Amino acid sequence: MTSSRSQSSRRQSAAPGQSLVGRWLLYAVLTALAVFFLFPLVYMLASSVKPDDQVLANSQSAEAFLPTPFVGLENYGDAIDRAQLPRVFLNSVVISSFIVGLGLIVNSLFGYALSRLRFTGRNILRAAIVALIIIPFESLAVPLLFMGAEVGWLDTYQIQILPFIANPLYIFLFYTFFLSIPVSLEEAARIDGAGPFQIFTRVVMPLAKPAYATVAILGFLFSWGQFLWPSMVTRGVDVRPLPVGIGVFKTTPPVSWGDIMAYTVLMTLPLLVIFVVFQRQFVQGVASSGVKG
Amino acid sequence: MPFTLAIWFSLTNQRLISPLATRFVGLDNYTEQLTNDLFWTSLWNNLRFAGFVVPVQTGFALALAVMVNQNIRGRVAFRTIFFTPVTVVIAAAATIWVLLFNINGLVNGLLELVTFGNFAPDWLNSTAWAMTAIIVVSIWQGVGFQMVILLAALQDVPVERYEAAAIDGAGTWQQFRHVTLPGIRNALIFVLTVTTILAMRLFDQPTLMPRSPGGPLDSTRTVMVHMFEIGFGRQAIGRGSAVAVIFFVIVLVLTVIQRLFLREEIAT
Repeated sequence: MTSSRSQSSRRQSAAPGQSLVGRWLLYAVLTALAVFFLFPLVYMLASSVKPDDQVLANSQSAEAFLPTPFVGLENYGDAIDRAQLPRVFLNSVVISSFIVGLGLIVNSLFGYALSRLRFTGRNILRAAIVALIIIPFESLAVPLLFMGAEVGWLDTYQIQILPFIANPLYIFLFYTFFLSIPVSLEEAARIDGAGPFQIFTRVVMPLAKPAYATVAILGFLFSWGQFLWPSMVTRGVDVRPLPVGIGVFKTTPPVSWGDIMAYTVLMTLPLLVIFVVFQRQFVQGVASSGVKG
Repeated sequence: MPFTLAIWFSLTNQRLISPLATRFVGLDNYTEQLTNDLFWTSLWNNLRFAGFVVPVQTGFALALAVMVNQNIRGRVAFRTIFFTPVTVVIAAAATIWVLLFNINGLVNGLLELVTFGNFAPDWLNSTAWAMTAIIVVSIWQGVGFQMVILLAALQDVPVERYEAAAIDGAGTWQQFRHVTLPGIRNALIFVLTVTTILAMRLFDQPTLMPRSPGGPLDSTRTVMVHMFEIGFGRQAIGRGSAVAVIFFVIVLVLTVIQRLFLREEIAT
């Protein structure tokens, strides 16, 4: 790498030659990849406004990506009726909000206690948290299903929320973040007469915003897409979240692809919009999940 | 607590609803699973999937990260586009790709064009190709996540090291091999470990994509699909727990092997 590069302050890795040809080649590859990552989404959007029988018929021509023939929002209406979408959507919102909201409180308090309080067994507890990170939830699903059935919690919201609130990975992320905040700030607040609760909400929480954002984003990504556990503990439509709700299209023929694509659009859109608005935070959040690995 | 329960249940013939009293059956559930062809088929499918996806997806993610880390116009836009599928939940991604992989679908339309009609399998109804379709969806949906983690690591490699290497006369490839790779070693290990665990947990795609879960003819049946069918479908909590415990041991062993192996590999 020659040192005649632009004055950009960003740290760059090796460039593939400075030649114009190399640069155009790189653009060509990047564009091809962008097409690979985006075409299924464009296809989904276009298909969601076509007559059901035209979706497949169109899919081997360029029309696959165009909203023709156009039937407006008819499929969306059908999807909403057939899958009882408002109910299922609400279920997803309730479940994800509680998991993320309560999770932020519980995990951050746990991480804070671990980083500040000196108590016997602290090191053992910390080691246990790290060890728990690698236990996949799936290996607990069957006994949890049994416990849930024993207490009569099948087909409820709480059985879809409670197991996911406390999360060792998030506790660990908060713990390492709190360690990086100097204790002197909290001591200063204490001298000014702030109680432990005030110190936490006024001093620590504002400083730890990036950690909260990371955990909220990871938690939301994960809980919105949950599939295995809700398929085990929900039977009716009453408490079922979006990813499981898509099953109704599979069991009742004929296959109406237009409706299905309308449903997937509605399932995908909320996260997609949040992502477009907060893409910086998303990318930083995901990146920092790997730093401590 | 639930994990202790899993170990305990796995030693009994516990069922979700049963008139018979629960009985201690020792290691029967384990011997039954370990002599069961379906269990081994499922595990083989997981290993087949992981054996392909882990190296390919990690390599792909690294290539993407290196490309969007170049000093070029529009790199943020490309990074955003490559990351977008991560925000599409698996259930939605699987559904879109079922349509794309239809025998008369878009993928085959393209393939027929390129191969002059010589290659157009019925992806999801074919024992030979269903797993390939699942692999494509998984990489499409997941690679952006790894890319972002590796990109963060790339940007943390001090630029002085590249300058020093350049002064020593190292070419692009040598710089990549001796500066970049050691510099992002930890992130790379993290990505490999996480991808391996996720590959072992594969459930959503083989459940949603083929006509019947794990099909056709069990060619996409994974350990999780197997566990779901026994523990939930047949409500055999004891046997399902045994599968869960075996699954956990496999994940643990894979993680430990990978850590040891990579540590040595990079030390040499």
